[in-house]
Amino acid sequence: MTTETVQRQQEVTYLEAISQALDEEMTRDERVFLMGEDIGTYGGAFKITEGFLQKYGEWRVLDTPLAESGFVGAAIGAAMMGLRPVVEMQFADFISCAFDQITEVAAKNHYRWGAAVPMVIRAPFGGGVHGGPFHSECPEGWFFHSPGLKLVAPSTPYDAKGLLKAAIRDPNPVLYFEHKFLYRRIKAVLPSEDYIVPIGKADVKRAGNDISIITYGAMVHLALEAAQVLEKEGIDMEVVDLRTLIPLDKETIYGSVRKTSKAILLHEDNKTGGIGAEIAALLAEECFDCLDGPILRIAPPDTPVPFSTPLEEYFLPKVSDIVGAARKLAAY
Amino acid sequence: MYTSHGMEAIAVGYASALERDDVIAPFHRDMGAFLIRGFTPGEILAQYLGKRTGPSKGKDGNVHMGDLKRGMISFVSHLADNLPVATGIALAFKIRGERRVAFTGTGDGGTSRGDFHEAMNFAAVRKLPVVIFCNNNQYAYSTPQRLQMAIHDVADRAKAYGMPGEIVDGNDVAAVYVASNRAIARARAGEGPTFLEFKTMRMHGHSEHDPAKYVPHELLEEWKKKDPILKAEQLLIQLGYGDAAYFQEIGERVKKEVEAGVEFAEQSPLPEGPEVLEGVFAEEANRY
Ligand SMILES: Cc1ncc(C[n+]2csc(CCOP(=O)(O)OP(=O)(O)O)c2C)c(N)n1
Repeated sequence: MTTETVQRQQEVTYLEAISQALDEEMTRDERVFLMGEDIGTYGGAFKITEGFLQKYGEWRVLDTPLAESGFVGAAIGAAMMGLRPVVEMQFADFISCAFDQITEVAAKNHYRWGAAVPMVIRAPFGGGVHGGPFHSECPEGWFFHSPGLKLVAPSTPYDAKGLLKAAIRDPNPVLYFEHKFLYRRIKAVLPSEDYIVPIGKADVKRAGNDISIITYGAMVHLALEAAQVLEKEGIDMEVVDLRTLIPLDKETIYGSVRKTSKAILLHEDNKTGGIGAEIAALLAEECFDCLDGPILRIAPPDTPVPFSTPLEEYFLPKVSDIVGAARKLAAY
Repeated sequence: MYTSHGMEAIAVGYASALERDDVIAPFHRDMGAFLIRGFTPGEILAQYLGKRTGPSKGKDGNVHMGDLKRGMISFVSHLADNLPVATGIALAFKIRGERRVAFTGTGDGGTSRGDFHEAMNFAAVRKLPVVIFCNNNQYAYSTPQRLQMAIHDVADRAKAYGMPGEIVDGNDVAAVYVASNRAIARARAGEGPTFLEFKTMRMHGHSEHDPAKYVPHELLEEWKKKDPILKAEQLLIQLGYGDAAYFQEIGERVKKEVEAGVEFAEQSPLPEGPEVLEGVFAEEANRY
């Protein structure tokens, strides 16, 4: 084996995939630059941009003051002037401080006066890491309701890299939700050549005939685990990974549910007003004729994400929740 | 509708001091800046009437208009939101090594928002080529300055961020021009941001619906004497640039231009309902 093939076959983590996407895009396009707290000398709270400061210099890897609204606003201005900012939220939870800039300025800019805002905000989100109420949030639901933003949430290293590249090349503001739980837990061998995962395309991560489970982010892995358990019981699950939340790939969602006639919506964001609620409504409107059972939602209760282990375990969806819901649906 | 009545010198003064490729993120009383950047009365009135020929094609109204090609950023209602945006514009200039400047500002009320402070701080930390002004017209809607802040001069705020803060007579177009020029030159030379406080008075209600009974009559009487347009005319006559007849002629020319604009705007088509669906997403980035 040559060294090249050895390298090519090396597995990378979800976190490394994100890092690679940033590095390759910064090399490909000198307009791409990074902003965020502690991303320079320190390499970011999760070390995604480790070594970037040395490689690209302080004007392409900007350590910002602790002011999310201020630096998101600055990224919007730089994007309008032709640069391609990629902003890091230290944790997705802090995106609430930039809510106004994202929803009022970035989201509405092109619609109001035709000025595109090609920027990416990376938001490390999600629980299962004992982060408590301020370091575990899934804030995507807030932005799901704001026209003008694109939202993506990859579940694998392949999608993480490809979607980040697509987001950087997109002329719109893209919120990129990267799941902290997956950072160092999953690995894959990635193609050595440049590729993107198109925004707006869901991916069937497991084909099946009996029940569609529609999900995204870390929950994809939970759904796949549940599918293995259910397979032994003769229930054949189809796992649809949305990958992009806005614009939603309705074609893939409807296609899957028309095939299986049964749908479970699974997410880690709170249940009320979550993305599952919207998809349930869409299915009721568009696929009513083909449904053979109720549309079920599996999501955490409407509470903040708690800190203590038994509380967080109770809060987060579990394989047993999915298995239970699937058994119930299979009986229809 | 927000008028600049009594505050005309500010936008005219600073916009005249900028170069064509500098970028302005104006305040909601800066109509003069739009006119200087070539927005015609027809376009502006079409915007206000929600016509398709306005810069927002009916998607937005009022002074919320912009055009990247003319270096004008559309105003966002949320006061001070465009200040961080202007620091980012200046950041882009700095990253690319361009000698361009961003110019932005807000009212005395707007300086209470976090975005004002976040922008001031970021601009100073990174020595960005941006000028930030406050047009202090003593009221924010009905709220007087004393209920807005515990300081007398907004310019004092600049010190906290490590940038110069200058108090300027906002009713004197020459003073505004000179102070802006100095701040712009500093920014262009890479010496960082400047904060300018233009002292002035809102001579009209907050917007058209507001009779502003909360403003003491004597205060308005006092400021009437400092009307920026009369002041500018006096100065120009004094310096020999014109006489009363000359200003009358300008007045007539402007009236004709505005009348032509009214006609254009009134005859322009309204957008069709389904156009509401257009433009949520960009198909490609602006070439700029
Ligand atoms: C964040 C925000 N809150 C409230 C308003 C409603 N509002 C519009 S203008 C205004 C007063 C603005 O005062 P100031 O900044 O001093 O500017 P001025 O109108 O006096 O020129 C208010 C409260 C707004 N536009 N934005």
